[in-house]
Amino acid sequence: MTALLQVKNLTISFKSDPPVVDDVSFSVDAGETLALVGESGSGKTLSCRAILQLLPKTANVKSQGVFLNCNDAGALNLSALPRKQMRDIRGNQISMIFQEPMQSLSPLHRIGNQVSEILTLHKDISNREAKAQVLEQFERVGFHNPERVFRAYPFELSGGMRQRAMIAMATVAKPDLLIADEPTTALDVTTQAQVLGLIKELQKETGMSVIFVTHDLGVVANMADSVVVLNRGRVMEAGRVEYVIGAPAHKYTQKLFAAAPVIPAATTPEPPVPHDDPILEMKSVSKTYHVRAGSFWSPSIDIKACRDINLSVARGKTLAVVGESGSGKTTCARMVLGAEKPDDGGKISFCGEKGGVVLDVNDLQSDQCALFRQQLQPIFQDPYSSFNPRMRVVDALTEPLDINNIGTRSQRRDRAVEVLEWVGLDSRILYRYPHAFSGGQRQRLSIARALAMNPVFLVCDEPTSALDVSVQDQILCLFEDLQKRMGLSYLFISHDLAVVSRIADEVAVMHRGQVVEQAPPCTLFHNPRHPYTQALLAAQPEPDINRPINLEVVAKGAGSPDSWPEMFRPIEAKSPPLTEIEPGHRVRCYA
Amino acid sequence: MAILRYATLRFITMLLTLLVVSVLIFIIINLPPGDYLSNQLTELRATGQEAGIAKAEFMYHEYAMDRPLWEQYTIWMGFTPGPQGYSGMLQGDFGWSFEFDRPVSEIVGEALWLTVLVNVAAVLFVYLVALPLGVLAAAKAKTWVDYTSSFIGYLGLATPNFLLALMLFYYGHRYFDLPIGGLMAPELEGEPMSLEKVKSILVHLIVPTFVIGTAGAAGMMQRLRANLLDELGKPYVETARAKGLPPAKRLWKYPLRMAFNPFVADIGNLLPSLISGSVLVSVVLGLQTIGPALLTALKTQDQFLAGFILLFVALLTLVGTMISDVLLMLLDPRIRYGGRD
Repeated sequence: MTALLQVKNLTISFKSDPPVVDDVSFSVDAGETLALVGESGSGKTLSCRAILQLLPKTANVKSQGVFLNCNDAGALNLSALPRKQMRDIRGNQISMIFQEPMQSLSPLHRIGNQVSEILTLHKDISNREAKAQVLEQFERVGFHNPERVFRAYPFELSGGMRQRAMIAMATVAKPDLLIADEPTTALDVTTQAQVLGLIKELQKETGMSVIFVTHDLGVVANMADSVVVLNRGRVMEAGRVEYVIGAPAHKYTQKLFAAAPVIPAATTPEPPVPHDDPILEMKSVSKTYHVRAGSFWSPSIDIKACRDINLSVARGKTLAVVGESGSGKTTCARMVLGAEKPDDGGKISFCGEKGGVVLDVNDLQSDQCALFRQQLQPIFQDPYSSFNPRMRVVDALTEPLDINNIGTRSQRRDRAVEVLEWVGLDSRILYRYPHAFSGGQRQRLSIARALAMNPVFLVCDEPTSALDVSVQDQILCLFEDLQKRMGLSYLFISHDLAVVSRIADEVAVMHRGQVVEQAPPCTLFHNPRHPYTQALLAAQPEPDINRPINLEVVAKGAGSPDSWPEMFRPIEAKSPPLTEIEPGHRVRCYA
Repeated sequence: MAILRYATLRFITMLLTLLVVSVLIFIIINLPPGDYLSNQLTELRATGQEAGIAKAEFMYHEYAMDRPLWEQYTIWMGFTPGPQGYSGMLQGDFGWSFEFDRPVSEIVGEALWLTVLVNVAAVLFVYLVALPLGVLAAAKAKTWVDYTSSFIGYLGLATPNFLLALMLFYYGHRYFDLPIGGLMAPELEGEPMSLEKVKSILVHLIVPTFVIGTAGAAGMMQRLRANLLDELGKPYVETARAKGLPPAKRLWKYPLRMAFNPFVADIGNLLPSLISGSVLVSVVLGLQTIGPALLTALKTQDQFLAGFILLFVALLTLVGTMISDVLLMLLDPRIRYGGRD
């Protein structure tokens, strides 16, 4: 079989720096899926953008050719194509899906307009025909009401829906090759599972080839026919998926596998975590947001972000709250931080030292407030936007001390050096600006910033989800290490069960503002009872081609609660109680 | 329909704001001790001009200056009857200018419309210049096109208006035979509108528009360039590229639309700064706008004249913000649907 696309000896460099993509070759056969795997900075995105010549002007691209096999015209060398002809290829023969569905669509244009543009641009058809085809494609990607989506603006759709719209846009012109650049990284696991299933299905229908750029070996195992592993711009290992995933030969690939967090295979249940000395306790905490309706006169809508949460974090332990976007886990974290006030009747109490005063988070006296703010520190998800780009590292690290009038200038500086050391960074970086650091380094910086105040409790809101697997691994190690050394307690918010399985002492699974299941991790993975937990577990892509995602289980649990088995189903909008089915394992069901 | 309702609501809030502004204006004008008439009375008494005193005292009473401040306000606005019954802003009676010894409406009359004309022309100039230059500078960022237009822009920002005015008058007159000063040929002043008068006004408008608009245009251009540059790096622009859209359409349809928001929102800010900026320019250029009158009125505490002009400027500003708000709503669905992104 001749390859549909062949990239020969591609080298990309910027200015006179050493090349970021170095002599990379790969090819995709018709109807097959090639996965480009690597961590950030590996050059996987640049390589696939080079195919479409979407690189910035400053890039120097050299290659022996990028050949697209067109049936009628023979092989076409894309790298030597004039711009105008290249534009005819883009979107038409080769199309692309990007990572950020939130930002990859223009917020000011209707979805239908943006999608059908691709047809009116490349095919000689009327607007009406284009619309008909787009609607058809919308139905194929799983929109129940294509007309509504056609008229909708991007901000009216959820992340998963937008990515479906992007997929519809990329496939509506029936391209020969689809380049998907981390298309599911920004999505929830169950949504990711469905989107992956959708791409596979479309591929089966149309016979298009797919280049799948990802960092997730689990996704590779589920999607790819062949794999190219990239590291620092070089190919480390390439071949059929069975060999690369089944028996990785290169050290780097092996290292990637070792770093990838995996949900441990069913083990025995764990003993429950004792809760006799909680550092933090949430008692029947709810949070309702009143959202003003669109018009002036209609009444406001209540959104119940959290409903009757009862959780406690044992001193020196980690409680993980797992859920997808919109499950209320972040609201939960914000209430613990005191950034949101829970509805009346809920109570959050915090006890920083064993046997010390118990603080009511929502009713802090001014002297308690300072103590609370010092003992409890947040760590945020996005290390890129949680730093002021105009503040040097030393300013960012000493600012909390500065505000609280702790120490002299030089003492604060010494403290900054000390915490940098704890998180494994060198003191030489003190006078640099955040933009000089990678995501992992920035997350270390934000941990350092939190530690500067000498806290006892960290609220971590998805602290590793913006990071590469190997970096994530390091950060998780850092968390574990800090806990051991300083006896910190964590409230760890995450969407990733595999990450949680590693770090948590107890896991609470949240769904639509409620805890649906709660247990120590091993117990939970050994014996998941709630259909939603089961769906989450099933949707987790495993780096093992023999354990593909079970879409049926995902669909059953991730759908609306009405599709759950009877014992889990809410009756007249009233959810079942959280029932303890074995010691330390609680499930929201009727016994 | 939503637009219409929004516009109506917006209009009502505008009226309320105007009411608050009128109170503020009245208070501020009356803040300095004394007023025009009492100043005059003291002066007349000192020099012993009995006839003048009688007239001034009559006026003092006639314009309710002897009543408490809040009553003066309601009479001025026409909410309550004064010595001459209901006769205030609401009834279209703008009061008496003591300084010029004529009704305010007579002094302001034509100048009002000329002011609007000059400023609208300046706003148009700002947008017509800033839009192409800003887009060009962003699209060709970091090339000589960008640097040149930025340089010209900064030059425009940095040059004092009156200096620019003098220079333009000299060279405009010397090389293009443009008229110097004024907003129309002197012989046409006070004449009814005619084709000749319109022509004369248009020719006279060229230099003032340029002078008043340059600084605004330069600032606006820089803002548009910065916004557009930000937008050009966004993923949706990349998506458009990956679709195979040709460059011009790509720029026009996506990032420019986004960069337009602050551009439009600036209308509201532009008007007041132009008007207050044009007061001095009007004095220097001898334009028959309300600028010079305002200056005199403020200096001599001629309260009805000053009050009316300030209120008028406030109205223009409010109308400007309202226009930009409604335009924004038309432009951006996220505002239209109250979507939170």
